[in-house]
Amino acid sequence: MSRYLLHRLWQSAVTLILATIVVFAGVRALPGDPALALAGEDRDPESLRAIREQYGLDDSWLVQFWQFVSHAARGDLGQSIRTGEPVNGMIAGALPVTIELSVLAILVAGVIGVGAGVIAAVRRGRPAEWAANALALLGLSVPNFWLGLMAILYLSVALGLFPASGFVPFFTNPVANLHHLVLPAMILGTGLAAVIMRQTRSSMLDALSADYIRTAEAKGLSPRAVIGRHALRNSLIVVVTIVGLQLGALISGAVVTERIFALPGFGKLTVDAVFQRDYPVIQAVVLVTATAYIVINLLVDLLYSVIDPRIRVRGES
Amino acid sequence: MTTVAVPIRTNRRKIARRILRNPLAITGLVVLVLAIVLAVFANVLAPHEPTQTQLDQAFAPPGTAGHLLGTDDLGRDVLSRIMFGLRASLHVGLLAVATSLVIGVPLGLMAGYFRAIDALISRLTDLVLAFPFLILAVGLAAIRGASLGNAAIAIGIAQIPGVIRIVRSETLRLKSLDFVAAAIVEGASDAWVLGRHILPNAASVIIVQATVAIPAAILGEAVLSFLGLGIQPPAPSLGTMLSDAQQFAARAPWAAVMPGLAIMLLTLAFNIVGDSLRDALDPKASRR
Amino acid sequence: MSSVLEVRDLSVSFRTEDGSLSAVDRVSLEVGASEVLAIVGESGCGKSVTAMSLAGLLPRSARVDGSVRLDGVELIGADKRTLRSIRGREIAYIFQEPMTSLNPVFTVGSQIGEVLRTHLGASRQAARARSIELLKLVGIPSAERRVDDYPHQLSGGMRQRVMIAMAVACDPKVLIADEPTTALDVTIQAGILDVLRGLRERLGTSIVLITHDLGVVADLADRVAVMYAGRVVETAEVHELFAHPQHPYTTGLLGASPAAGRHADTHRLDEIPGLVPTLSVQPDACTFADRCGQAVDTCTTSQPQLTRSDHGLACWNPVGVS
Ligand SMILES: Nc1ncnc2c1ncn2[C@@H]1O[C@H](COP(=O)(O)OP(=O)(O)OP(=O)(O)O)[C@@H](O)[C@H]1O
Ligand code: SF4
Ligand SMILES: [Mg+2]
Repeated sequence: MSRYLLHRLWQSAVTLILATIVVFAGVRALPGDPALALAGEDRDPESLRAIREQYGLDDSWLVQFWQFVSHAARGDLGQSIRTGEPVNGMIAGALPVTIELSVLAILVAGVIGVGAGVIAAVRRGRPAEWAANALALLGLSVPNFWLGLMAILYLSVALGLFPASGFVPFFTNPVANLHHLVLPAMILGTGLAAVIMRQTRSSMLDALSADYIRTAEAKGLSPRAVIGRHALRNSLIVVVTIVGLQLGALISGAVVTERIFALPGFGKLTVDAVFQRDYPVIQAVVLVTATAYIVINLLVDLLYSVIDPRIRVRGES
Repeated sequence: MTTVAVPIRTNRRKIARRILRNPLAITGLVVLVLAIVLAVFANVLAPHEPTQTQLDQAFAPPGTAGHLLGTDDLGRDVLSRIMFGLRASLHVGLLAVATSLVIGVPLGLMAGYFRAIDALISRLTDLVLAFPFLILAVGLAAIRGASLGNAAIAIGIAQIPGVIRIVRSETLRLKSLDFVAAAIVEGASDAWVLGRHILPNAASVIIVQATVAIPAAILGEAVLSFLGLGIQPPAPSLGTMLSDAQQFAARAPWAAVMPGLAIMLLTLAFNIVGDSLRDALDPKASRR
Repeated sequence: MSSVLEVRDLSVSFRTEDGSLSAVDRVSLEVGASEVLAIVGESGCGKSVTAMSLAGLLPRSARVDGSVRLDGVELIGADKRTLRSIRGREIAYIFQEPMTSLNPVFTVGSQIGEVLRTHLGASRQAARARSIELLKLVGIPSAERRVDDYPHQLSGGMRQRVMIAMAVACDPKVLIADEPTTALDVTIQAGILDVLRGLRERLGTSIVLITHDLGVVADLADRVAVMYAGRVVETAEVHELFAHPQHPYTTGLLGASPAAGRHADTHRLDEIPGLVPTLSVQPDACTFADRCGQAVDTCTTSQPQLTRSDHGLACWNPVGVS
C-alpha cells in the first residue's frame, strides 16, 4: 500500500476518533441528567436504571467512552426513545433515499456545472460566458428550499409535471422513483452546480493558459482534443476535490430538500428527532453523518489520486 | 521569478474606482445599502407591527391598501415582516461571520506561521468539516435549544475552516516575501511580525472572505429557521415566514414568494459586491 | 539553395489594454533544407513571438502581417483546418519549459502517439510501437518501459527528449526549437544538442533554433539571425558572423560573450548594458541608438533597414567598415 494512502488513512482515523469524542461529549452536555434525557417520557426508576446500565452512566467516563465506541462499532446505536425501534434500523431505512437523492443531485450538478464552466472558459468575454456567470451567481444566491417551494407550487401543483411529495422505492417502481426524485435532485443540485461551474471555469482558464496546451495546439490537435482531452482532464481533478469539500453543504441541503418534498430520508429522520427530543437518534445521526463525511472524503482523495498520476506515483515511491 | 516584495496594499482609491466603473457592482451595492437601511430602520419604516395579527385581513393579496406585499394567514403584513426578517438575517449573518473570524483568523495565522502546529490545526479543521452545518445546528439545538444565537454560532463554527484555509495560505505567501523575511531576520518578535506585517496585508483576503461568508450565513439562517432550528416564532424571520407560508402557499403564494425573493436579492447583492471587491483587489483573480 | 521556410516582412502586434503593442517588425528569414538557422537576441526581443506566429499559434489578441511560406504554401491567413494539418506534421515545435510543456496527466507514450494518430491515422498499437522507436531515436534508455511513464517521472532532460520525439514523430520539414536547452543543466544541454544534430543529419530536418546562448549557436547553426527589439539587425552564415560581426549590437553580444564558440557555460546576451527598448517608441531612429557606442547623427533621425545580401545588416555605421 502506498505511503500517501496510509497517511490519508491515518488522518481520517484521527479525525474519526476526534469526531466520536465530540459526539460523546455532546451527549454528556445534554441538559439535565443524561439518563432522564435518554429516557424521554418514560421515567420510571426501572427503565432509568436500565438506561444507566446500557449507557454505563455510573461508570467512569473512560469506560463510558469505551462502551459508546464498542456499541457503535458493533452497529448498536441504541433505541429510539419515541418508538423503541433500534436506531440502526431506522437509519438503514432512511439512508438509501438520501444516498439516491444525493447521487442524482451530484450527477445533475456535475453535468450542468462542468458544461457551463467549460463554455464560460472557452467563450471567454462573449455572451455565453456572461450568461453562465449570471446563472452561477443566481445559483449561489437563491435559497434552494425556497426554490423547492416554488417548484412545488408552480411545476407540481399548478402544472402537475411532477409529484409534489412522497417517495417510491427504486425496486418497487424505478420510473415512479425517478419521477419523484428528479425535481428534488435538481433543487438540491443548484447550489452545487453553481460552485462546480465557477471552479470548472477558473481551472479551465488556468489549464487553457498552461504550457502543455500550447504543446497540444502545436501538435495540430483539434480544438475538441485540446479542450476536451488536455484541458478538461486537468480541470476535473480540481472539480473532484470541490465535490468532496461541498459534501457537507450537500448533506445539509439534503435535509432541507427531504423536508420540503416529504421524502422519508435521513434528513427527515434528523429533523423529526430534534423536535421529538429523541436523543439516541440525534446522537446516531450526528455520528453517522460525521463518519460518512470522513469516509467519503477519503474515497474522494483516493479517486483524486487515480485521476492525477502525480499523486498516485508520489505515494508509491 | 516572484513578484516584487513591496507591502501590497493596493491603493484604496484605485479599488474604489474599479468598483464604481462596474455597473453590476453598483447595482449590488445599491441593493445592499437599501436592504441595510430597511433592516436597521425597520421599526420606523415598517407600516405595521411585524407580529400584529389582523384576522379579518388575512390573505390580502399584494397591492391591498396598507399592505403593499399582502398579508399572511393571520393577517400580518408581509412587507413589515420582511423588513424585520431582513434585520434578523443581517444580525445572524454578521454574528456568524464575526464568530468565524474571531476564531478562524488567529488559527489561520498560526497555522501559516508556525510549522509546528500546522498539522494540529488542520486536524481540527477536518474535524469541524466532518460536521455539516446543519448537523452542528441540530446538535447545538439539542443541547442548548433553538435560538437565533445558537443558529449563528452553528453557522459561524461551520465557517471557521474556510477562514483558516484562506488566512493560512495568505500567511504562507506573505511570510515568503522579502519584507517579512527581513523583519524576521532583524529579530522582530513573532507577535510583531504577525500583527504588524502579516495581518494588515492579509486584511484584503479576509474582507473578501467575509463578504462571501455573510450571504452564506444568511442562507444558513433561513434554512435553520425554516426547519424550526433557528429564530423562534412569532419573531419574524425570512425562514420562518417561508415555513409558515408552505402550508397555505397555494392560497396565498405571495406569502411564500416575497420572503424568498427578499433573501435572494440580499444574498445576490452580497455575492455581487463580494465578487467585484475580489476582482478589484486582484484583477487577475477575476477569472475565479 | 531552395528554401523550405521563407518568411517575408513578418510583423506582429498585440492588442493590449494600453493600445497596440508591436512585438515583431518586418522580420524576414529563410531556412534551406536540412539547414539550421539560429535566432539570437536578448530576452523580450521577439524571438518566441516570431516562432509562434509561423504556424499561427499566437493568441487571438495578436495581429500578424506579412508572409510565411512553407514549401511555397502561404501560412499567414490560411484557414484553421489547414494550419492544424500542418502543425505537428510539417512544422513542429519544441519549447523551452520541458517541465510544464508535457501534459501531467497522460503518459508520454500517449502524448507522442496522439500526434501519430491525429496526422497519420495510426492505430493505438502502431502509435505505441512507433512511440517506442521515437524514444529510442532521441536516446531514451529502456524506451519500452519509459513509454508508459508520466512526465513527472522523468528528469528535465528526458522530458525535453520526449518533446523532441513528439515533434519529429511525423518527420516534419521544419523543427522550431525555442530555447530547447535554456532550462536544462549544462551537462544535459550537450546531449539534447547531439539529438538535434543527429536529427538534422539522419532525417534532413530543417531547424530554427532560438537561443540566448552563443555557444549553442556556434555548436549547431549554419546561419544566424540577430534580433533586437523586434527586428532582425544582422544575419549571416555562422562563421562569417563570428569572424566579422558588423552590427554594434552583435559585436556587443560577442564581446559580452568572450567564450563564444566554447561550450555552454557562456555568458548570456542580456549582459549588454542599457535597457531593452519597447519597440516603436522611436519609429524614425535606430532602436539601438540609446545603447550604441557607434551612433552617428543619422541614427536618431532615420531607421536603418536590413540589407538583402548574404551578410544582411541594418546599421548606419557598421563596426569595422569606416
Ligand atoms: N500575448 C502577448 N500579449 C502581449 N504582448 C506579448 C504577448 N506575447 C509576447 N508579448 C510581448 O512581445 C515581446 C516579445 O516577446 P517574446 O516572448 O517573443 O520574447 P523572446 O525574445 O522570446 O524572449 P525570451 O528570450 O525571454 O523568451 C515581449 O515584449 C512581450 O512582452
Ligand atoms: S544604426 Fe547607428 S545606432 Fe543603430 S546600431 Fe548602427 S550605429 Fe548604432
Ligand atoms: Mg522566448
